[in-house]
Amino acid sequence: MAEDYVIEMLHITKEFPGIKANDDITLQLKRGEIHALLGENGAGKSTLMSVLFGLYQAEEGIIKKDGKEVAIKDPNDANRLGIGMVHQHFKLVECFTVLDNIILGVEDTKHGFLQKDEARKKVLALSEKYGLRVDPDALVSDISVGMQQRVEILKMLYRDNEILIFDEPTAVLTPQEIDELMEIMKGFKEEGKSILFITHKLAEIMAVSDRCTVLRKGKYMGTVDIASTTQEELSKMMVGRDVKLTADKKPCEAGDTILSVKDLVIPSRTHSNNAVKGVSFDVHAGEIVCVAGIEGNGQTELVYGITGLEKVTGGSVYLKGKDITHAPIRERSKDGMSHIPEDRHKHGLVLDYTLEQNLVLQRYWEDEFQRGGVIRADKVRKYAYDLIDRFDVRSGQGAVTVARSMSGGNQQKAIIAREIDKQPDLLVAVQPTRGLDVGAIEYIHGQLIKERDQGRAVLLVSLELDEVMNLSDRILVMYEGEIVGEFDPKQTTVEELGLYMAGAKRQDGKEARVS
Amino acid sequence: MKVKKPLAENQMFISVLASVISIIAGLLFGSVLLFILNPSKAGIGMGAMLTTGFSSLDQFGKVLYQSAPLMLCGLSVGFAFKTGMFNIGATGQYTIGAFCALYGAIALQLPWWVCLLLSLIGGAVWGIFPGLFKALFNVNEVITSIMFNWIGMYLVNLLLANMPVMLASAWGASNSDRTAALAQANPGAVIPKGGLDKLFGNSSWINISVFVAIIVAIICWFILEKTTFGYELKACGYNKEASRYAGISANRNIVFSMIIAGALSGLGGGLYYLAGTIQYVLEKKTLAMGFNGIPVALLANSNPIGTIFSSLFISYIQVGGSAMQPNFSSESTDIIIAVIIYLAAFALLMKGVITGLLKKSMKNKDDKEAKA
Repeated sequence: MAEDYVIEMLHITKEFPGIKANDDITLQLKRGEIHALLGENGAGKSTLMSVLFGLYQAEEGIIKKDGKEVAIKDPNDANRLGIGMVHQHFKLVECFTVLDNIILGVEDTKHGFLQKDEARKKVLALSEKYGLRVDPDALVSDISVGMQQRVEILKMLYRDNEILIFDEPTAVLTPQEIDELMEIMKGFKEEGKSILFITHKLAEIMAVSDRCTVLRKGKYMGTVDIASTTQEELSKMMVGRDVKLTADKKPCEAGDTILSVKDLVIPSRTHSNNAVKGVSFDVHAGEIVCVAGIEGNGQTELVYGITGLEKVTGGSVYLKGKDITHAPIRERSKDGMSHIPEDRHKHGLVLDYTLEQNLVLQRYWEDEFQRGGVIRADKVRKYAYDLIDRFDVRSGQGAVTVARSMSGGNQQKAIIAREIDKQPDLLVAVQPTRGLDVGAIEYIHGQLIKERDQGRAVLLVSLELDEVMNLSDRILVMYEGEIVGEFDPKQTTVEELGLYMAGAKRQDGKEARVS
Repeated sequence: MKVKKPLAENQMFISVLASVISIIAGLLFGSVLLFILNPSKAGIGMGAMLTTGFSSLDQFGKVLYQSAPLMLCGLSVGFAFKTGMFNIGATGQYTIGAFCALYGAIALQLPWWVCLLLSLIGGAVWGIFPGLFKALFNVNEVITSIMFNWIGMYLVNLLLANMPVMLASAWGASNSDRTAALAQANPGAVIPKGGLDKLFGNSSWINISVFVAIIVAIICWFILEKTTFGYELKACGYNKEASRYAGISANRNIVFSMIIAGALSGLGGGLYYLAGTIQYVLEKKTLAMGFNGIPVALLANSNPIGTIFSSLFISYIQVGGSAMQPNFSSESTDIIIAVIIYLAAFALLMKGVITGLLKKSMKNKDDKEAKA
């Protein structure tokens, strides 16, 4: 008997100049199932979903809805077929209310005037039915990320979509919010809706999915039943080899204090409040201290203050006992601080410079690379190839490749090579593995541990709790600009950290604020 | 068997082809305009525009002579572009440079090379202000430099009006609306011809200024491509945040880059007015030369070496344009010139189109061969 497929994408091939993003991929979504789409960055997940959503046209292959072939030429076609999508980066109008965002594009009008009463009733009914708590009159710019996501989900429901696509929905959520989302997704499934769930987090797939389709480098690796597989098997399918899911490391041997932060206060760029409110901590030689927290709780500003990118308005920063609170960035760098920045395109690289020019970005002024103000091109070239070899940085044309044309993983490797080769006493790494594939993540984790074992102090800021638990010797949780807890990773759980990250608990005895 | 590199991947070939196609498109469009404006004389007009520059050694000398200040204004705009700044104040710096050179020549009776140095310094001083305002108060350099264009022009008018010795009337001529002719006031301040006039059939235009400009262009290229200073400047221009992260002082570089840009424009003013063929006329509008530096820089994609060629091209059609004048008003020749420059600047867009077409035709060919 034929299966009841609601959507079938058969033998889809989509080519971009120089690369086959999708090569003969087949994905069949059964009615009322949660179907995970697994793959590393660059495996072709987004391309495949864009084809389904009408953003791209496939060169080969067909799409079937309820067994009948359909042509999806643009997102409006997709909408008509009942396909809705929650994008990884939300597509909301910040200065509109929740309700306005939900009805945007499908507004009811009478004589040219908006009719919102019906819409409000429908939204409230949907919100009630699925437990998607939102305030229809709040401005999107004022609500939490979790609520923004619920707004996106309501947008799909409001349009009566039957096929729901979730693109990396858990990246911005706390563990508790993730659990909640999983419940909501299961609720949809019981309603008979079909869900496509794009992710690279294996645990989540195991928790909610019925089946999983795996892509690797644009190719179809197969579809498996979750009930009869394991995380290890899935990761092997995704990467093509065995992957260590946890990093090995020796016990920590903390030495002298390298970085000391005292009562640091840093103003926020986006609101009048302070982003960092009197934070104090130390980092010692030979340990990895990790700052965990949900995005936007002051971690970015804290790092800006320590590295000198942002002016500090209170407190002080000491590097190896020297007060560097107001020191210029170059001086901090000379004193032994390296910084792997959060945003590699904004801070880490000059994208229009070549790889070799980027590799000397922190050192071009040293005598080794210039004489009398003239750059010693031969030395730069030699140094660049030395780093490229040692850190396995891959690029199309070697040292003269324009950084913009390199893959994200190799751009990050180039930054890490540059910062580690400075042999710093303190390495500040902010989300060093964001957006990278499993192979690159493994490599970068290895490098950070190696630095620690060589007696350097590492300050790691990460949003990924797996990474935090895996790498750190000490965990500091940041919430609304304050450090609300310090933990030993061996004696805590992801769930406990989640409570602190969400502001539900704090260690200093103060009552937790009800939010 | 020798493997031929596919045309679609030969960047040099595509760049040149794109420029040529853009220029031809500009000329075609210009011809259409000429035809609309004055159908009976369109042919003669276009002929004049295209051939005048090469019609005689004298006219070719004029092309070279005019290209020197254009080149320097183009370098000025391009240099600032590389640091991420839009120096629309080239004309003000150019005017101040011209005044300083003429003041040295006429009032102080200094030799030509000292006058050129004065023009350089004058332009640099005029460039500091937009740079400082940007660095210290984050005031957009476009606003300040436009204001300084007008301040510069009226300041020069004011100064000249109050310096009788500078005007032609003090040196045996009757008009007082312009500066003295250098031949009368100080022949030693005229830029030497270096024997080039002999080569160019006694052209009254030619002198060594174009070579000065080319040397300056090469120096600019060297600074931008080979020195740590240029490395910092370009890093700021490409990505200000990343250069801050690398400990580069963006503010310092903004000021330096504007000083250099100003000096380049100022030197352009000096070179133009010290040739001895042109007198500075007190006017109520800003001089076009500085603004013409913008298309020169754009055509050359801010590359100093490319600027040498783009300024020669624009100088060539300007000389051609001025030869159209009896049949066409100066306004309409300006429009034609603008159209040609505008379309020539489409070279970058054209480059993408050509690459796409070549790839497509290659693919079709491959497909056919595969089927055959």
